[in-house]
Amino acid sequence: MPLNIAVCVKRVPDTAAEKKLDPGDFTLDRESVESILNPVDEMAVEEALKLKEAEQGEVTIISMGPEGAQAQAIRKALSMGADKGVHLSDASLHGSDAQSVAYALSQVIKKGEYDLILCGAESTDARTSLVPPALAEYLGLPNLNFVRNVQIEGGKVTAHRETDKGHDVIEGPLPAVVGIVWGANEPRYPSFKGIMASKSKPVETLSAADVEIDASKVGSGGANSEVIEFGARSSERAKQIVDNKDGEAHIKLADYLQQQKFI
Amino acid sequence: MSDVWVLVEHDKGTTTKVTHQLLTAARSLAKNTGGEPVAVFLGEGWETAKDRIGKFGCAKAIVAEGSDFTNYLSSPHVEQVSALVAERSPWGVLFASVPSGKEVATRVAARLGLGVLADSMNVEVEGDKPICEYSAFGGSTIVKKTLKKGPYLICVKPNAFVAEEAPSEVQAEQVAASISEDAKRVVIKDRVVKEEGGRPAVDSAATIVSGGRGLGDPKHFEVVEALADELSAAVGASRAAVDAGWYPHAHQVGQTGKTVSPQLYIAVGISGAIQHRAGMQTSKTIIAINKDPEAPIFQMVDFGVVGDLFDILPKLTEEIKKRKGGG
Repeated sequence: MPLNIAVCVKRVPDTAAEKKLDPGDFTLDRESVESILNPVDEMAVEEALKLKEAEQGEVTIISMGPEGAQAQAIRKALSMGADKGVHLSDASLHGSDAQSVAYALSQVIKKGEYDLILCGAESTDARTSLVPPALAEYLGLPNLNFVRNVQIEGGKVTAHRETDKGHDVIEGPLPAVVGIVWGANEPRYPSFKGIMASKSKPVETLSAADVEIDASKVGSGGANSEVIEFGARSSERAKQIVDNKDGEAHIKLADYLQQQKFI
Repeated sequence: MSDVWVLVEHDKGTTTKVTHQLLTAARSLAKNTGGEPVAVFLGEGWETAKDRIGKFGCAKAIVAEGSDFTNYLSSPHVEQVSALVAERSPWGVLFASVPSGKEVATRVAARLGLGVLADSMNVEVEGDKPICEYSAFGGSTIVKKTLKKGPYLICVKPNAFVAEEAPSEVQAEQVAASISEDAKRVVIKDRVVKEEGGRPAVDSAATIVSGGRGLGDPKHFEVVEALADELSAAVGASRAAVDAGWYPHAHQVGQTGKTVSPQLYIAVGISGAIQHRAGMQTSKTIIAINKDPEAPIFQMVDFGVVGDLFDILPKLTEEIKKRKGGG
């Protein structure tokens, strides 16, 4: 069965970089750091490409956020082998919280007819993991989250959901929203050919009005949560350092553990 | 209403540690909201759960029993919690900030048009509002957030609160579980349990001993495991150790692994790159053992040991065993 797959991606600050907040509105100062395609989303793209190879079909990359970097995230996914991109970009979306992001993405997805909507189950920056389940809720679709080994058969999707003790095998009907867990696969590197080909792949840019986004539900005004304070974490650790030159460090450490009632 | 609800995480009635922590938190929050802590129990095994819930000071419970909560993924919980919150409008609901809890919370929020906060490290009440504390950007920044309107849906990280017992008699109110066909779309077909030597999971363990590149070889994780077992701890691993294939990814602590805040975190042979610090910086007590005195990990420890881990760890494990034996 040819599959029409959407993959939602976002860019994140490079995991190795130091980050800061814009002191004006408490949003991430995204210009201050290098950014990359969220590594978990890259795994969602890889999962989509594998399903496309097995089942035929089309992979559409969907992203929201400011011009430039989000477009780069879409390009990266296209160079891996996705077919086209949709970029939702609108000044009114700035400051949206996870729920507003999920709502906005749901409006974009409603414009298409997708069998499967894939996301990274979390991003390496905010890590709240709220978007995929909220997206499923706004779309009224089943949600299979934190999964790997995604298989499609007979209009159903099955997958392995990571648990504390191992995994659950879960199954639901299509269309569904599926959140891919970190480490689900090893994403392919874009080939030179893929990079060249991506340049001629279509990327549609949409505004909030294009997908009938209710302005009261997005942006800083639409956010249900608000930041009231932020500051550097004071590092008040004792930094008591002992050297094992005398070979007695384990005694001192055991003393410390005992004082702190860990033993 | 001003009650503080806790959605109970359990396996056939065996409640999880984080639930006990949430019940403790709910008890103290309820003093400021003017309500009571209430456990919301969905699923099977109430008779087992009852005693443990009472033990942590929760005298009221709302109970919906049924196998739908066990057989189908998340949605029956979403439906039942949404219905209860809409009907009774509590001050708020505390969820365990683990995948299952966050999923239910965010979907209830989307369904009811409410806000939700994930990953709270602390929750307080100011006026009538929750003030939730977060750790951002790999733990280097503290952010305080609130929600614009209630009922407040708040996900609380494991170990953010310390569970305290306060035995009480639980009065349970049984409610009917009526789950729609829509909520039965995602079926749990099988539960595969891996044997992991009975160690606690990294996500919620009170103590974690982590190994890194300094171990030099996958089989050297044995010394880390031995110490972990002596402390009833989980075993963690740095990205370098996981990328090298020395330990499974489920144990990885850091920006691309688990973010943990145990009572005690012991980093063994881990230099402390930002990638790793991001995952463990909010641990209550941090200890590092590393042969390089310049390793960045020593900038963030409560207690650090400079030396050869292969010399120190086995002796430390023995010493702890000895002291535990001696009482």
